[in-house]
Amino acid sequence: MAALVYFSSVSGNTHRFVEKLGLPARRIPLLRTDEPLRVTEPYVLVAPTYGGGNGRGAVPKQVIRFLNDETNRSLIRGVIAAGNTNFGEAYCLAGKIISAKCEVPYLYGFELLGTSEDVTRVREGLRQFWQRQSRRTA
Amino acid sequence: MTPSPKIKLIDRVTAINWNRIEDDKDLEVWDRLTGNFWLPEKVPLSNDIQSWANFNDEEKTLTTRVFTGLTLLDTIQGTVGAVSLIPDALTPHEEAVYTNIAFMESVHAKSYSSIFSTLISTPEIDEAFRWSEENEALQRKAQIILDYYRGDDPLKRKVASTMLESFLFYSGFYLPMHWSSRARLTNTADLIRLIIRDEAVHGYYIGYKYQKGLERASQEVRDEMKAYTFELLFELYENEVQYTQDLYDGVGLTEDVKKFLRYNANKALMNLGYEGLFPKDETNVNPAILSALSPNADENHDFFSGSGSSYVIGKAVNTEDEDWDF
Repeated sequence: MAALVYFSSVSGNTHRFVEKLGLPARRIPLLRTDEPLRVTEPYVLVAPTYGGGNGRGAVPKQVIRFLNDETNRSLIRGVIAAGNTNFGEAYCLAGKIISAKCEVPYLYGFELLGTSEDVTRVREGLRQFWQRQSRRTA
Repeated sequence: MTPSPKIKLIDRVTAINWNRIEDDKDLEVWDRLTGNFWLPEKVPLSNDIQSWANFNDEEKTLTTRVFTGLTLLDTIQGTVGAVSLIPDALTPHEEAVYTNIAFMESVHAKSYSSIFSTLISTPEIDEAFRWSEENEALQRKAQIILDYYRGDDPLKRKVASTMLESFLFYSGFYLPMHWSSRARLTNTADLIRLIIRDEAVHGYYIGYKYQKGLERASQEVRDEMKAYTFELLFELYENEVQYTQDLYDGVGLTEDVKKFLRYNANKALMNLGYEGLFPKDETNVNPAILSALSPNADENHDFFSGSGSSYVIGKAVNTEDEDWDF
């Protein structure tokens, strides 16, 4: 199965969710001064939504920087977003924006650290998703 | 409210330098909070006058009581809660964020008065305030939280504060979402949604600072804090159930509200870095309430459970920083 790429700020909510999935995953670096992440195989992106402010700034800058790299962008196959329903229309907005920008499916949305049901559904969903992907390219 | 002598002011002030950030989260949250700034005057509450006129007496009483309860909690958080976190701040920027939180809580508290003055007569308001002063469950919830704010444990203060921001408001928030799902008091609901949005950032930030505090603590303290957190949650939950019954039994909504309570209790725990406690079948919030809260959340977005095979993957478009700024 192909990898996950994710971003999580120092609060680590998305990191915790990815840890619970127990799948191979690479983390987009936090700081501009860090070595940028370059991927070489197809991946599904997991990104938090930064809430509030009329949907502006919903996608973390670090994720934008990562996707502005053409190779990285060409290998994204889907996006999973985290959010909080308290943000109303901005709930999991990062998933929708990235899906529209990169023309890949927005696969799943979850809140904060994700529940155990979220973990089960995403793990199973990703397994089937990658199977379909490999059939498509076979 | 007389300040307790146990709440200490900080002993020493260093001029705050926003060009030297020790924790990026402080600046990020400051920006988010100031970006979200609002005042009740910008919400056209008077458009709800007609809707309010169609409320029966029981609905009016319930609504007024709910808002006085929320006023009490926001008053506590504005004048005691957020302020009591300042002396424990790890960075000067954290102190600044708490002052912003304290101020916004005072804006929230004042917002309910805007709702009252728009919709409700003075005797009705007075009656509702009297009810909140006499309602045991409401007073008890205020007391539990105030005791921790006045106590001397910085970590426990943060837990109590996160519980307030992320859990204790929701027995009240339920009602305007319920009315809004039936196209009633929709402008009032818009105002409440602004409050709900703010509380999410507050709960997230205070919960994050709690976790930062735990990182410096011994394993023994961490274990103790976890046990304490769950104990407090149970105590508060039990009290919330009583409060919910006092308010909602008459209109038959108690069980529906309880699901919303448990759903938010789980989110409060997650903000503190713990896994949710209540299982899925006890937190399945009424879809109408969830969609009044967030139009995208009536069900978790789940592409996986569809067939997905019809999705055509297009060609990725070039993307620049500015493109994303919408």
